[in-house]
Parts: sequence; structure tokens; C-alpha cells
Amino acid sequence: MAKTLSGYVADLQASRVWRSVFRGGTGTSTLRRSLAIQQNVFLHLFYTKVRTRIIGFGATWYLGTLTLGTFGILVVTGILLMLYYHPSAPQAYADTKDLQFVVSSGLFLRNLHRWSAHAMVFLVFAHMFRVFYRGAYRPPREFNWVIGVVLLLITLLLSYTGYLLPWDQLAFWAITVGSNIASAVPVFGEKIRFLMLGGHFVNANALLRFYVLHCMILPLTALFFIAIHFWRIRKDGGLYARHSDPEIVATSTSVRQTL
Amino acid sequence: MAFAYQFLSPNVLYEPSPVVNMGKAEAYGLDSVTLNVDARIFVVHTTEGFFALNAVCTHLGCLTAWKPELGIIACPCHGSKFTREGAKTDGPAPRPLPWLKMWLSEDGDLMVDRASEISSKQFVRV
Repeated sequence: MAKTLSGYVADLQASRVWRSVFRGGTGTSTLRRSLAIQQNVFLHLFYTKVRTRIIGFGATWYLGTLTLGTFGILVVTGILLMLYYHPSAPQAYADTKDLQFVVSSGLFLRNLHRWSAHAMVFLVFAHMFRVFYRGAYRPPREFNWVIGVVLLLITLLLSYTGYLLPWDQLAFWAITVGSNIASAVPVFGEKIRFLMLGGHFVNANALLRFYVLHCMILPLTALFFIAIHFWRIRKDGGLYARHSDPEIVATSTSVRQTL
Repeated sequence: MAFAYQFLSPNVLYEPSPVVNMGKAEAYGLDSVTLNVDARIFVVHTTEGFFALNAVCTHLGCLTAWKPELGIIACPCHGSKFTREGAKTDGPAPRPLPWLKMWLSEDGDLMVDRASEISSKQFVRV
């Protein structure tokens, strides 16, 4: 008698290797299911219990998840583009053109990176509007809103720093104008611009600085805040549910009053 | 903090010299405004003499251009307009285009120091 597919899956899940990787595994009791979430490094950011209505498309339009998705695409395509791109003044523009016309799939990867970047900016704004008009920023989620604003700024800075890297006329003048806006800061403006560009005008130093910001510093900072953002969703009681939300029992002030 | 600031400030800059040689005066006809794109300056020759203008817009740093048909200097980025003496006539630029220190070298070449702005209108007569 041949085994069914689910029989093989059950055998696999009972095997020593599976148990070693996934520890407790799932089960029928609430405790076992909770442990399956809590003991997985990827899943432990999420809450263990969720209202089924809130994970449907209508509740959030999946805008936050889609934003994370575009960020994932940007990381993968960005790393691949880095394999062919030299952040040096004589070569950056030629490398960009090579990516378009010489490298196999280079045009696809570059355009995917570019359109995902546009989509990410759009999705971040859409996500923030959605959260705002649903009132999901209210206590106890107000700190997560602040983290969201930080993530918005990082997204815009990633777009801005990436703008210089093709090293064409558009890039050069956009960063010239942008860095001059930074120099409008009172007292320290000129110094900020000097540190930003590593010189008095947009040149090789500026290209390298923007490259390091774009490929290392800003993505790592974004990842750091994304982790906090997701963890806070769980800690703040899961995704916001309009009608069945329980009464808020422990805002920071009420806790202080009780203590 | 101090370490970070010092580390991020380059001690040596491999930027072009602020002093540029603009060649012989005869190359510039009377009543001409000549933009040198590499040096980013205008060399202006009027009946009163020669002078040099910084061609970088005082608004946000775009390179301005001489419009001979209108007789003005215009910025392509945000529409600032200047006279050929650098005075702003229109647009968001906060300051006029600065005059730059100009002199004749021993060989008779027009020299301009792009780092030295002069406040009074001084013409170089050849």
C-alpha cells in the first residue's frame, strides 16, 4: 500500500533532523502552536495569535508587507548590480551603460532596482496614509509610528543617495542642488555640505561617500529599524483592528499611575 | 564626535586650482559674454574693460548660461535671471552673481581667482 503525500510529510516532521531544525514543531494545543512561533528566529518577530479578519487583504491592503517585499527586491538586485559597478568617477557612468547594454540581464536588474525603488517610496506613503486614516497610530502604537517616520526618512535618503550613482548629468545636478539645500542649515550649513560631499563640489569623494551610504550604512540602518518596527507590532498588540480592539489597558501614563 | 568630524573632513583635496588662465584678451570681442564651462565663469568684455563673473547660480548651484538673444544670464534649474554685470533681475537667487578677482599675468593672459570674490566693480583694462 503506497503512502500518501501527507504521510511522507508526517514522517519527515517526525524525523530527527526536522525536530533538530524546527525544535518543538507544531501541534494541536495552543501552547505547542505558540512555541512553534516563538522558537523560530524568523517567526518570533510576529505575534502568536491573530484575528483571522486582520490578516485578510481588506484590513491592511498588505501595504507594509509589500513595502518589505520591495525592500527585499532592492537588496537582492542592488547586491547583483554591485558586482559590475565601480564607484569611481572615471568608471561609474561607463559601468552604468555597460549594465544596460553589455551585461546579460543587466538592463532587467537595473530597471527592476529602479522601479522597485519608485514602488517602495509610493508604498511607504500609501502605508502611512492607510495607518493614519485608520487611526492605527494611536496609543499604544504611537512609538511604532515614530519608527515608521524614521523609516520614511531612510527610504528617501536611500533614493537620494542612489540618485548620484549613475554619474550622469541628471545625477550630478540633482546632488549639486540637493547638497546646496543642505548648506541652507543655519551656521553649520557649509560644513554639513563639505562633510556630505567630502569636498567643495560634487566629485569623486562625493560619489564614494554616497555609494557607501547607499550600499552599507543606510540599508543596515533600515534593517535595524525594520526589525524594531515588526517587533513593536507584536508588542503593541498586533495589527490594529477597528471594532474588536480591546480597551487600551496599559498606555505609558496609565501604567505610571497604577505604579 | 571630534574624531568622527576630523575623519570625515578630507585633509587633502584633489580639486582643481581656484586660479585659472583664461587666455589672451584679444580672444574676447567687445561687448561679449563668454562662458567657460570647465572653469564655471563668465569672461565679460565691455567698453569699460574686462571682468569675470562666477557662473554658478547663487540659488542652488546650477550652471547659468548667457542668452545673447535676450541679453541676460539665465539659470536653467529654477529660472533666476541676471544682467551681464551679475545683478539679479528675476527668480529665487538670493544674491547677485559675484565678481571674481581678475588680473593680467606677465605673459599678458587674463587670470581669474575663482576663490576671491570682489565687492566693488573693478574692470581690467588691456
